[in-house]
Amino acid sequence: MSHKFDLIVLGAGPAGMSAARSARALGLDVAVVDEQPAPGGQVWRNVEQATARRAAEAFGSDYEAGAELAGSFRTCGATYLTNTQVWQIEPGFRVYTRNGGDLDILFGRMLLIATGALERAVPFPGWTLPGVMTVGAAQILMKSADEIPDRPVWIAGSGPLTLLYATQLLEAGGAIQGILDTAPRANRYRALPHAMRALACRDELLKGMRWIRHLRRSAIPIIRDVTEIEALGESQVEGIRFRTTGGNESTVPATLLLVHEGVVSDIHMTLALGCRHEWHDAQQCFVPTLDEWGETSEQGAFVAGDGSGIGGVRSACAAGEIAALAIARALGRLSAAEAQQAAHEPRRRRARALALRPFLDELYRPRSQLAHPADDTIVCRCEHVTAGAIRTAARGAAGDPNQVKAATRCGMGPCLGRVCSLTVAHVIADTSGRSVAETGVYRVRPPLRPITLAQLASIEGKEIAA
Amino acid sequence: MTGHEFDAIVIGGGLHGLSAALHLSRANRKVVVLERAWVGRHASGASAAGVRTLGRAPQELALSLEAMHMWHRIERLVGDDCGFHSHGQVRLAESEADVEKLEERVALVHGLGYQHEELIDRVELRRLVPALSRHCMAAILVRDNGAADPHRTLIAFRRAAEGAGAQIREGQGAEAIERTGSCWTVRVGADRYTAPFVVNVAGAWAGRIAAMVGDDIPIGTKASMMIVTERVAHFIDPVLGAVSRPLSFKQTDRGTLLIGGGRQGIADLDRETATVRLVELASAARTACELFPTIGEIRVARVWAGLEAATSDQVPVIGPSPNAPGVIHVFGFTGHGFQLVPVTGAVVTDLVTRGRTERPINALTAERLMAARSVAA
Amino acid sequence: MFRKRQSLTQDRVTVTIDGIEIEAESGEPVAAVLLRSESCRAGTHPVSGQPRAPYCMMGVCFDCVAIVDGVASTQTCLTPVRNGMHISRQHGPRILPDVP
Repeated sequence: MSHKFDLIVLGAGPAGMSAARSARALGLDVAVVDEQPAPGGQVWRNVEQATARRAAEAFGSDYEAGAELAGSFRTCGATYLTNTQVWQIEPGFRVYTRNGGDLDILFGRMLLIATGALERAVPFPGWTLPGVMTVGAAQILMKSADEIPDRPVWIAGSGPLTLLYATQLLEAGGAIQGILDTAPRANRYRALPHAMRALACRDELLKGMRWIRHLRRSAIPIIRDVTEIEALGESQVEGIRFRTTGGNESTVPATLLLVHEGVVSDIHMTLALGCRHEWHDAQQCFVPTLDEWGETSEQGAFVAGDGSGIGGVRSACAAGEIAALAIARALGRLSAAEAQQAAHEPRRRRARALALRPFLDELYRPRSQLAHPADDTIVCRCEHVTAGAIRTAARGAAGDPNQVKAATRCGMGPCLGRVCSLTVAHVIADTSGRSVAETGVYRVRPPLRPITLAQLASIEGKEIAA
Repeated sequence: MTGHEFDAIVIGGGLHGLSAALHLSRANRKVVVLERAWVGRHASGASAAGVRTLGRAPQELALSLEAMHMWHRIERLVGDDCGFHSHGQVRLAESEADVEKLEERVALVHGLGYQHEELIDRVELRRLVPALSRHCMAAILVRDNGAADPHRTLIAFRRAAEGAGAQIREGQGAEAIERTGSCWTVRVGADRYTAPFVVNVAGAWAGRIAAMVGDDIPIGTKASMMIVTERVAHFIDPVLGAVSRPLSFKQTDRGTLLIGGGRQGIADLDRETATVRLVELASAARTACELFPTIGEIRVARVWAGLEAATSDQVPVIGPSPNAPGVIHVFGFTGHGFQLVPVTGAVVTDLVTRGRTERPINALTAERLMAARSVAA
Repeated sequence: MFRKRQSLTQDRVTVTIDGIEIEAESGEPVAAVLLRSESCRAGTHPVSGQPRAPYCMMGVCFDCVAIVDGVASTQTCLTPVRNGMHISRQHGPRILPDVP
């Protein structure tokens, strides 16, 4: 296998597959690296198998579109490396990979990071108990293992995914004990001014309204204006306590609690590369700073898809195509005029897909309690560091997350901050009186994914120059 | 300029700076520490925190032995045990040639009148370090050596220094140092700090600070790389090095393994970064796996490189400036400065309060490194 | 905690979890199999000693790590099952074997 490529794409989700396919059509040598066994990313997780099994009907027409893209992606001629994790990237670009026990180094003249999004962390007392999972996790289980909860489940949170999963679960024969809706009531008013623009995606809006209607008809208790939740139990979830804005507190028995408060861009790779980031206030997360082609502050490194701000599947596909054009132009395969011309249609498509975002972003703006966990709530799951410990360290740390990390060990565990860094940024910002934008997140150090000592030893003597 | 006059200005908020501030404050001197980034940002925060007298060059050996006494009473000094454990330090011999080198070393140390380094055989080595590969033949052992926790040490020294009255100002990088009468004035932006004494503990940037007072002291920069692993059930007591390969290997309180040895990353003093060279670091991983055959499957949690100063003879500069009266240099520890931290502050205090010290720093002068004397402006 | 929607298809494999044989579907994530068992746990947390179970299912949280075919700290949500696979729950930090 060649180790040198014109373009290395990280992630075989909608954006990555679209970019690879377009880049191949423009004559580039492309490698796509993905940690899963099959293409689709998260939104189209396991789409090939599920579609073949006819289980895809439950997941809607957008899902089936994924099967089509996966098919043309597989035949486009890109070198597609599955089950392969990227454990370091360096300018130049060098991409350090691991597939099982085999480590390797790939060279790409250009890089496209299409690693998508992750769930926003929802820290609350008891969230580390077995029996608390994310809604995204439950949906992945449905897609990749055709599994559903074996008992009626509680769902807490807000966001389109919560509605979607609830609907899918009911259609799949599952049962829901109740839904705790944590979207602040004020969000509806904040979202209203954006509703007109959102009509450009009326099919998406209608879909959402269908989900809501379905749930209402199912007579599942939906408790609104939930401000706090707590999972109770010794060695696993046994109950949930929750509070609403009215001040009412209730406790219910439960063995499985699914939580979701939106998704945020996964900026791990762009942080590792040293790209500049900015605070996306509407989505309450950090995103890499990009130009209109998706290029980061590191020349030759691009981002497409939810890693550049949450935009959904269609926007991701369009962004992948747009980035591929810029990359081809940078490599001299297209003139600037040709690239601009070819970009018109995907830009239009992307703008249309994104018209829904301001509305959704306001409607599902996370509740403020997420940014202010109680002192004894665990914030760093890996190292079991509480919000209180972080506050204490932040007081002496001039508001610097790296100092807080050194003092408390938060962020030093295997997740490298992918779960905790946003919450930590909020807590530090709060304590030091600065904005989250000014506070930022931890420096990211390799390895970005786990490797063993023996595996690290195995790259001794490997070529590092392309 | 009220509020900015001190008895001593310490430039550099690493451990040696904190030690100077602590000792000086306890001697009733008014001290400020000026740190450009934040306390422990560079070498001190990236340290393997080895606490050893083993293998020390003769020039710094006596000082190191005194520091070792202080480590064994560290709680009395800074109010915290700093995570210090003394399960011994070991330097391994893997071949006959290595054993010869060890014997020479022990003879040298005994010849200087010290007994702390002892040669142990294969059997004793196996008993002490059961996880070691069977091919290791012998070792030098110093029983009272060990390691500490660098972050706890930073916190403890800082707290003790501030508790004794030292002021610590972060985000304050010295830009220029000028002579004003019989004092020095350190310029930081629009601020001016004045004192008769300046302590240059600026680590990798100490050469630049020295130049500000007219001392042209050649130093290099190291970007030594480290590996830390996931937590493992306790299986190693002493800290280990090897005669003929770069290695430092220890298991922390937490159970993580810390693997160093001085392989070099890429230093950038201006951007204050040290970049890891992974293919180079792979050699450190291989060395560790060869010496400890059961660790190969352990996960690497993190790798990093720290910025520090190095000298051509690998021992530090500790002593008064040759050209600038009242300036004291303490830098250039070349990867083994952590253990000396408690004592350097005492040396600095001797020099500030009495103008001299009985502690043996005669071989650690700046002059030895300087090609020619330069005249202070 | 979870169950299959339909009975297992012809792509069946047998794996063991802590010595107990369990049927699974070829290619599904090991974590999915763990979540179908009585105790959904993957092991205990190396810092807190508390029981832990899969949380994110996408390789981010590391709460699903178990010992798979002798390799400790394996992320079971990213590992597809194979016939004959041995899975054991990982309790606390890993323990090294003795040097022979």
